[in-house]
Amino acid sequence: MPDPTPGLDAVTAGGFLLVLSLVVPVAGVLVAVAAGGRRVERIALLTMPLGLGIAVAVAAALLRTGAPLVYRLGGWAPPLGVALRADALSAVMMVTAAVVIGAVGVFARAEFRTPAGVDETRAPFAFWILLLAIWGALNTVFLSGDLFTLYVALELLTFAAVPLVSLDGRPETLRAALRYLLFALLGSVLYLTGAALLYGAYGTLDIVLLSQRIRVDPATLAAAALMTVGLLAKTALVPLHLWLPPAHAGAPAPASAVLSALVVKGSFFIVVRLWFDVMPGLPGPAAAQLLGALGAVAILFGSVLALRQERLKLMVAYSTLAQLGYLFLMFPLAVDPASGHVVRGDALTAGMVQAVSHATAKAAMFLAAGAIYAALGHDRLAGLGGAARALPVPVLAFVLGGIALTGVPPSGASVAKKLLLDAAATTGQWWWAAVLQAGGFFTTGYVLLVLAHALSPAREPVAVRAAGSRVGHAAALGLSLCSLLLGFGTLGPLPRSALSNPFAPGELWSTALLVAGGALLAIGLGRRLPLGWSGAIVDGARRVATPVGAACERADGVLRQWPVACVSLLALVVAFGGLMCAAAPSPAPSPSAMRARTYGKNGFDSMRSDELGLTASAPSSPRAASVPSWMPASSAGSGARP
Amino acid sequence: MSPVTVFGLWGAAAVGLGLYGMIVHPHPLRKILAFNVLGSGVFLLFGVVARRGAAAGFGGDPVPQALVITGLVVAFAATALAVVLLLRLFQEAGSATLGDDAPARPNTETTPV
Repeated sequence: MPDPTPGLDAVTAGGFLLVLSLVVPVAGVLVAVAAGGRRVERIALLTMPLGLGIAVAVAAALLRTGAPLVYRLGGWAPPLGVALRADALSAVMMVTAAVVIGAVGVFARAEFRTPAGVDETRAPFAFWILLLAIWGALNTVFLSGDLFTLYVALELLTFAAVPLVSLDGRPETLRAALRYLLFALLGSVLYLTGAALLYGAYGTLDIVLLSQRIRVDPATLAAAALMTVGLLAKTALVPLHLWLPPAHAGAPAPASAVLSALVVKGSFFIVVRLWFDVMPGLPGPAAAQLLGALGAVAILFGSVLALRQERLKLMVAYSTLAQLGYLFLMFPLAVDPASGHVVRGDALTAGMVQAVSHATAKAAMFLAAGAIYAALGHDRLAGLGGAARALPVPVLAFVLGGIALTGVPPSGASVAKKLLLDAAATTGQWWWAAVLQAGGFFTTGYVLLVLAHALSPAREPVAVRAAGSRVGHAAALGLSLCSLLLGFGTLGPLPRSALSNPFAPGELWSTALLVAGGALLAIGLGRRLPLGWSGAIVDGARRVATPVGAACERADGVLRQWPVACVSLLALVVAFGGLMCAAAPSPAPSPSAMRARTYGKNGFDSMRSDELGLTASAPSSPRAASVPSWMPASSAGSGARP
Repeated sequence: MSPVTVFGLWGAAAVGLGLYGMIVHPHPLRKILAFNVLGSGVFLLFGVVARRGAAAGFGGDPVPQALVITGLVVAFAATALAVVLLLRLFQEAGSATLGDDAPARPNTETTPV
């Protein structure tokens, strides 16, 4: 939202849609709690198409007008009031959330059905209500125009997500939920501290106002570092991932799908808001490189660990860890080499396409893994033989979702990869291109491993316990197709050049190379291979790769200990703060910053009394009133450094 | 030393104590208590920030106070949720450790549903 054109003080035509998109899920929660019993499921399922309709309407209104939608709550203008704003990023994520939640709802009908003859059972009651609560919190995250509202939304999201982890009440999942909650709280305290520092320095937490006022000074840099790292803890970027694998692998499948597809994207979305909208000029290239490096480590580390897992759901959980890394590769590539500012461009587009693509594909993979688990009674990779014949649709959904993630055209991931590779080429940062290519091999590796197990003949006849609902399986398949065909978005708003013809000779070659490399990685790192895989290549690959895999597992064991993760958290705060300070142009505060920090009579007094409506002219022009007089007019728009 | 500085230092001390407790104590209940100390430190920081309003002739800036009240509600809800999870864990498992002391083996720690 860098261009606040009418945004700051006017409610735009579609503004009420934003309110509706918050009110509908929350009203669903309240009505469901009041109604109780078996009506909860019906209410949740009725809410879903309604919410999807609203999200699509918001997106359509944005496309029509081309300007952000704005709504001021209670008619109060920021900085005293709170604004809801929807730009393209919000609209894309809202539609994605609505689609994924709808599909998960369809799938979950089989698993969370209230049995006949019972009035109300605990797990379904909690699941449907929490699903709606997560949705409401996500929409708040996507629409908030203010950093404190974002904090509250983030907490609502966590509070709705944590109980989903422990829905079955087993000690392991309760432990996973408690760890998740405590670590997430640590992250949100860091975020809140950053918000306090920003309010102390600027007297507002409104995103647009902050972006106009922000300047380089120690408090702001500390706030940026604290908020960024706090959000990374909630996004589970390596090395802050201690809570993710047990929580995502232990939750019931529909819950895992929502947690992995959407909940971690909530905090990621706020990082994007922070870096691209609030303080584009602040972090500088060095901090962006660090963020990208963490993403690269996450891709490689998470992928190796995913290949080492023996259970399908843990594999998918570790794959989430790796895919979250891709989301952070866009930050170094979005830095404009000339000015050092983070700019909105193709790199951001790539990041958002990747987020949408991963959300749909990963939800599909978790739902498919859940369907396989429900049917076979286990999800051990080694016991998947014959699954493809017995459960064709879930296995197909899983594999298509996986293929979509590997970046084969026309998947969304291929578009994201192409855009990121182009950005790496234009900015001369070849190392990110290397990471992107390597990540593709690993993803192909674990998809091939699952496929090979599922296609291998059964050791004993496959006994399907419960067939599962056809509609639910279709929902999973639909989600994976969404991700696989996302590349056709290039016919619409995405850049036309980003989609290559999948049947062009070059593409076929690279796909063949991807499959060969992935197979080699799967053979080398996979813990259990399907029957009949042996030979010189297999032995050689395993001799080279097994020590690497074992070392990664040991490192994961260390990093996932609570004290180590907490110390990494603090170390990252220091690292980000230091790098941002180093990138700041002048270490000594400039005269304007000095004046600003002491709140000279002209600056602070006039600003506050105007904001509080004490002077006659205040409400008519909030833009003029809210920008302090000490702020040079030229630097007001772009978050510039003094 | 002005009252604002004193409050700021107390806030910093509470944040330090809370952080230390969260990192070092293995027992979840102590972690929850440490989180509350940590949160109180941050709320004190908001209190310090609220003194800015005094420059404009007010007793204090009301906005940070509103933020603190919201933050308190959030922290209260978080504590309640954590305590409920902890109680439930104690009922189910007979103990209430998070099991961080033993290095976690990723493949044996959880059995998926």
